[in-house]
Amino acid sequence: MDIKEIIKPENLVYKRTPLMTDATLSYCPGCGHGTIHRLIMEVVEEMGIQQEIIGIAPVGCAVLAYEFMDVDFTEAAHGRAPAVATGIKRLWPGKFVFTYQGDGDLAAIGTGETIHACNRGENITIFFVNNGIYGMTGGQMAPTTLEGMRSSTTPYGRNSTAMGPPYKITEMIAQLPGTYYVTRQSVHKPGPVRKAKKAIRIALEAQKENKGLSFIEFVSNCNSGWKMTPVDSNIWMEENMFPFYPMGDIKVEGKLVKN
Amino acid sequence: MKELALMKGNEAIAEAAIRAGVDGYFGYPITPQSEVMEYLTLQKPEERTGMVILQAESEIASINMLYGAAGTGKKVMTSSSSPGISLMQEGISYIAGAELPCLVVNVVRGGPGLGTIQPSQADYFQATKGGGHGDYHLIVLAPASVQEMADFVDLAFNLAFKYRNPAMILSDGLIGQMMEKVELPPQKERVTTFDQSWVTTGKTDDRERNIITSLNLDPDRQYEHNLKLQEKYKNMEQDVMFERIACDDADFLLVAYGSSARICQKVVEVARGRGKRIGLLRPQTLFPFPTREIAKLSRRVKAIMSVELSAGQMVEDVRLAVKGKVPVYHYGMMGGKIHSPDDVLHAVEEKFMGGF
Amino acid sequence: MTEEIIIAGFGGQGVLSMGKILAYSGIMQEQEVSWMPSYGPEMRGGTANVTVILSDNRVSSPVLQSYDTAILLNQQSVDKFESMVKPGGLMIYDPNGITRHPERDDIRIFQVEAAAEAARIKSPITFNMVVLGAFIRIKPVVDLENVIKGLRKSLPERHHHLIPKNEEAIKRGMEIVKEARLTA
Repeated sequence: MDIKEIIKPENLVYKRTPLMTDATLSYCPGCGHGTIHRLIMEVVEEMGIQQEIIGIAPVGCAVLAYEFMDVDFTEAAHGRAPAVATGIKRLWPGKFVFTYQGDGDLAAIGTGETIHACNRGENITIFFVNNGIYGMTGGQMAPTTLEGMRSSTTPYGRNSTAMGPPYKITEMIAQLPGTYYVTRQSVHKPGPVRKAKKAIRIALEAQKENKGLSFIEFVSNCNSGWKMTPVDSNIWMEENMFPFYPMGDIKVEGKLVKN
Repeated sequence: MKELALMKGNEAIAEAAIRAGVDGYFGYPITPQSEVMEYLTLQKPEERTGMVILQAESEIASINMLYGAAGTGKKVMTSSSSPGISLMQEGISYIAGAELPCLVVNVVRGGPGLGTIQPSQADYFQATKGGGHGDYHLIVLAPASVQEMADFVDLAFNLAFKYRNPAMILSDGLIGQMMEKVELPPQKERVTTFDQSWVTTGKTDDRERNIITSLNLDPDRQYEHNLKLQEKYKNMEQDVMFERIACDDADFLLVAYGSSARICQKVVEVARGRGKRIGLLRPQTLFPFPTREIAKLSRRVKAIMSVELSAGQMVEDVRLAVKGKVPVYHYGMMGGKIHSPDDVLHAVEEKFMGGF
Repeated sequence: MTEEIIIAGFGGQGVLSMGKILAYSGIMQEQEVSWMPSYGPEMRGGTANVTVILSDNRVSSPVLQSYDTAILLNQQSVDKFESMVKPGGLMIYDPNGITRHPERDDIRIFQVEAAAEAARIKSPITFNMVVLGAFIRIKPVVDLENVIKGLRKSLPERHHHLIPKNEEAIKRGMEIVKEARLTA
């Protein structure tokens, strides 16, 4: 069959959402960030809320998130995205506000802002990408780096006695009354991608209904930081990250479904 | 009809904020400025004007809430005192870099470190030279009375929006805690329509998305951005404000702002009573600084003394203005101790030609 | 007219509120006023003092080292502020609990037995108003009528039923104030 026969519009089964810009993604090939960006923008498009939504970009690999998502954006200082989001949402309660943060940003330097925004039940959505490492600065230890895992600042592996163990901030914030929907997802395979997209929809619909704070953790790979091929990194993630950071809903409609 | 009240400086700032139509206040308690948020919450501004008040978990959170909200074009403010303002410096640098209008009130106390809770003017460098990282300036207003605490709120927002730049009211524990008669400004409506060209309130079909950021990875672009900022700071000179008290025939000049200016007013009264021709220049804006006015006065007077509750900070700007034409001295107590008019008078008598 | 006043005593004696009522009275009399408290740790149970300035002109320094009038309500305050009264100035004190009485002979010294009087009229809380009455009798810088107006502005509405009692206390203070015998 001629290629022109194949690419006829009526044969189209998938296209990029127009809410992703034409800018070339700055993420490493194989990284999950691009997929998560796309899923968020697809849901924003499907809900028809592009004119009503404001994103908060973090410091970390996603610092330039605003180059790729075609919605209004504010670039926060490291860790402060939940406070920035709070400021916007309090003055524009009718708008949608989301933060997009990595593990260092959300669970180390920004722990205070994260916990207090969750505790106040700010009616925002937090997207938390956990790849267990500081990708942008060159692969240093993150608060979520697994025990024994090597990074450029734990070259012999994370030693929990000296450095503290990895911690599950997602389970922690699920305990707070202000959180409405808390879930852990991944985007490394088609099945999980579909589930993750559903979770994003649930979160933004909850925001529309003023239900409180929704929090989605995406356990993601960092093939560069982990020094693996993309395929190997996804296998390593399933075998090592998922047992410690198990997939699935933790809190649904304000009720804990898993401790 | 004039609406008169007896109020603390901190309360006057809060009441003036409601009346200026401020949309949001984010803050964290610290002595000696906690009355600002206490007064605001007591006033139920959410009922009076719809103003939003939120007690944040830290000064770091407050300033970042301010950053987010200021990026949406709303009139927002915070207040704190010295250690809290230090914590905010990162956020203030971002706000200056992203060119957002907002108001930060610093009711200064003695330092360094945890210091004291008594009045001080030792945050002058921090306020006027930037304070955080990078080449930037705030618009800095220095009220010397409870009336000016009230009046400078609206003024600060006017200047902040004129230049799209953060403004600071640099007060201290003395002006914040004292009560004076104040004529309250009229209630302004909160503004609901404003310039949409730069704010992040949702990308509408008729425009490109707006991005609030201070990040330019390309040094050429960051250089251009810095040039633009410097041009803006230079333009602010047109809004310099100061008060001249008994300067016309003065042989000797005091330069003082805020609480020290009040103390120096008394010094001028007493010295004039003794036939000594002393004048006082009181900067009301510390950035922009009244450099030209001081230069002009320095051509006439025999000596100048900068009087500050610090080890000598503003005196450096006075010296830059005077360019060595006449001697420039500093006098001031530190760490929360307040010099009395008598203390200043002794210093004046000693420095200005060994006792007149 | 400019009147520079220090009021000092124990926390809880109503030093700050007396100053506030005096400042409000000044506003009612169309004066410029300032009220500058000592603030900080000493507020909690220790000594409290407030500088009140009433003037027909713009008030300059709100902090001072010498005063036209010192109203001193405990021994520590007498010890601290006696020397800071301007020559020819005025001191009013309550002799209750005072063991070392003021000694200066270049100022006018008055006593008001305010604690005793407030107890006698069964209204200990109006102690500070008895003192205020004594002051405006000796130095009528504000009219009684404006003091009552000042009280009305200063007190929250739910306490307005106490105004007559306060007025009585002020009047008692005006009556009982007396020039102190010099003890030296």
